[in-house]
Amino acid sequence: MATETTGAADKAVQRAFAGKTTTENGSSSIHLPLEHVDVGGGALSATVAPPSEGDAGLDHDTLREMYEYVALARALDERMWQLNRAGKAAFIVSGQGHEGAQVGAAFALERGKDFLLPYYRDLAFSLAFGLTAENVMMAALARADDPTSGGRQMPGHYGSRKFNIISGSSPVSTQVPHATGTAYAAKVRGTGQVSITCFGEGGASKGDVHEACNFAGIHKLPVIFFCENNRYAISVPIERQMAIDNVADRAVGYGFPGVIVDGTDVLAVYQVVKDAADRARRGEGPTLVEAKLYRFQPHTSDDDDRAYRDPEEVKAWRDHDPLLRFAQRLLDVGAVDEDSLAGIKDKVRSDVDAATDVAEAAPLPDSATFDHHVYAAQ
Amino acid sequence: MVETLERTTDAKPMNGVADGGDSTNMTFIEAINTTLRDEMRADERVVILGEDVGPRGGVFRVTAGLIEEFGEDRVIDTPLAESGIIGTAIGMAINGLRPIAEIQFMDFIHSALDQILNEAARLRYRSNNDFSCPMVIRVPFGGGVHGALYHSQSIEAMFVHTPGIKVVAPATPADARGLLHSAIHDGDPVLFLEHKKMYRSIKGEVPAGDYEAPLGKARIVQEGADVTVVTYGMMVHESQRAIGEVAKETGASIELIDLRSLKPLDTETILNSVKKTGKAVVVTEANGLCSVASEVAATIGEQAFAWLDGPVTRVAAPDVPAMPFSPPLEHAFMIDAEKIGVALRKLLDF
Ligand SMILES: Cc1ncc(C[n+]2csc(CCOP(=O)(O)OP(=O)(O)O)c2C)c(N)n1
Ligand SMILES: [Mg+2]
Repeated sequence: MATETTGAADKAVQRAFAGKTTTENGSSSIHLPLEHVDVGGGALSATVAPPSEGDAGLDHDTLREMYEYVALARALDERMWQLNRAGKAAFIVSGQGHEGAQVGAAFALERGKDFLLPYYRDLAFSLAFGLTAENVMMAALARADDPTSGGRQMPGHYGSRKFNIISGSSPVSTQVPHATGTAYAAKVRGTGQVSITCFGEGGASKGDVHEACNFAGIHKLPVIFFCENNRYAISVPIERQMAIDNVADRAVGYGFPGVIVDGTDVLAVYQVVKDAADRARRGEGPTLVEAKLYRFQPHTSDDDDRAYRDPEEVKAWRDHDPLLRFAQRLLDVGAVDEDSLAGIKDKVRSDVDAATDVAEAAPLPDSATFDHHVYAAQ
Repeated sequence: MVETLERTTDAKPMNGVADGGDSTNMTFIEAINTTLRDEMRADERVVILGEDVGPRGGVFRVTAGLIEEFGEDRVIDTPLAESGIIGTAIGMAINGLRPIAEIQFMDFIHSALDQILNEAARLRYRSNNDFSCPMVIRVPFGGGVHGALYHSQSIEAMFVHTPGIKVVAPATPADARGLLHSAIHDGDPVLFLEHKKMYRSIKGEVPAGDYEAPLGKARIVQEGADVTVVTYGMMVHESQRAIGEVAKETGASIELIDLRSLKPLDTETILNSVKKTGKAVVVTEANGLCSVASEVAATIGEQAFAWLDGPVTRVAAPDVPAMPFSPPLEHAFMIDAEKIGVALRKLLDF
């Protein structure tokens, strides 16, 4: 465990959010258009999305609804950690810190029509697409009525035909080519659906991401590649994962735009994904969106992040917690006041309590069903 | 919205095969090509994707003429990326298409194993039946064509080992048509193995119209009383040659079973035969260790032990990479009628 505070953590956060207009070596050959998100000092081919302003054109009901999803995901996540530490949930994988970007992206899509091909951090995304707190708790506790997998998969593997959330596996980034395929089918069948698939910056190193982006670029498919860059692949920092600064810069190699956005700014992500979805629906092809954000918890309930990152760094990033930032924004634009904010928090807490109670009381799967659904029933 | 993609049992009328007649004599490759064409005519959800499958018609020309008839939306020349081909096909299947993916040679399928074994094969189970993956993966395989290490492999066992996928290997043009039809109409992923040496060397009668060969049912090629030979793919033809010679020489009555379907495996037909003959030779051109032949031999040992009159004998490739290029080396590696004949004579004498 790192015990010494070097100031490096603060610097990282400053670099990310306090503005950075010069390159590492002090030369100012690159004047980045924005000052709010760290795009490093290298050559930049992606565009950088501007910070959001005001209500971003959304009505107050929508803003409150979005906030509720961010808050629900956070509360549910915290409850799952408690259940894990109490020995009731064998394993949990946490999305804390990612919720704002996910909800911003989800609200930019046509939920009920578009496809989500998520990864394990996409709790908030999946809730916004239709899964309920109770659904998620059923999966966390491996209950028979877990609608995402019937207790077959580890928690965090969200999926639902009803909500167009495509079931994924554990090998990272395998879902990315599936999105190219759902998008291809949407295009030739003329369904007007957009597919969005999410993956970490670590998973972005996998060949499947390259293969999927390349294919999608060739056919100008209606797909959004959504990278949730939290700077770590378990313990491996971004500098050990890639020689360039931004995953989105790779988009140029596939012939479609890459966009970098502050992933703690809910409405900035909303706007970027909205533009990408509009582009996709107009037949102009894919977009690679990179949301820069941070994971507040260890990688999973089996990880101890003190072995590889300074707690001071985590603390500094918590000042940019999307939940807090979004609450402040809602207060600023008058979508909530302190009372209504407290009301939302109460509602979320009681939803999580109810979901926990129902799931804890729900039966485990019948062991006789373990071999069902290997193949279609004859 | 995603459509419900369950098994489509209603076979649609097919045009273009054997106009007016009952059957046509054609090569193995013609049977596959015309079946692909008929299935694409019958169902516009069927699309083909792979390397060079478009204007080139595939490196073996299995898909010749299809892009001209069905256009480039339905016959897709993909980038050279096997994992991407299968992964994209999975997404297509999820969203209402019926993809037929071609992997140019089985030797190049390895980089798509994750997508096949972890994704396609497990999607139904992992989603508790919420999703399925009805797709066909067509794969030229097999040796004896001077293809050396990377154009000769028979690595079907690793797919047979994995729950959630089906594996078929037709040995005749008729079965190529029937099994391909069944594979396309199945609700789960099917690996369709095409022995590349058979494409033009094997001819036969192919029934006209909508001909379906059930997945999971072996074919008794010839009946016999003294020993059973169980095999599949190109080895059906090598076994026939061996049987002809041994029968002529010894007068033995030899039964030959063509498995056709490696998964599901038709254990009933195998066991019934061995219970009748008391002896079995199991042939595969794949490496023998943990092979389909091993599985068949184990099944016989477990379930027909009391009926056996001799050791169940495997004839399979040695534990050496398939397969060396130079003719004497290739010959030493490859299973053929001669090697099958040696095993047959030995077992008959037992
Ligand atoms: C193919 C594969 N290799 C390794 C793992 C183990 N693993 C799970 S998550 C992970 C790190 C992924 O990091 P990233 O993609 O950045 O996503 P994050 O967890 O940071 O959100 C690793 C190595 C895996 N699941 N799949
Ligand atoms: Mg990461």
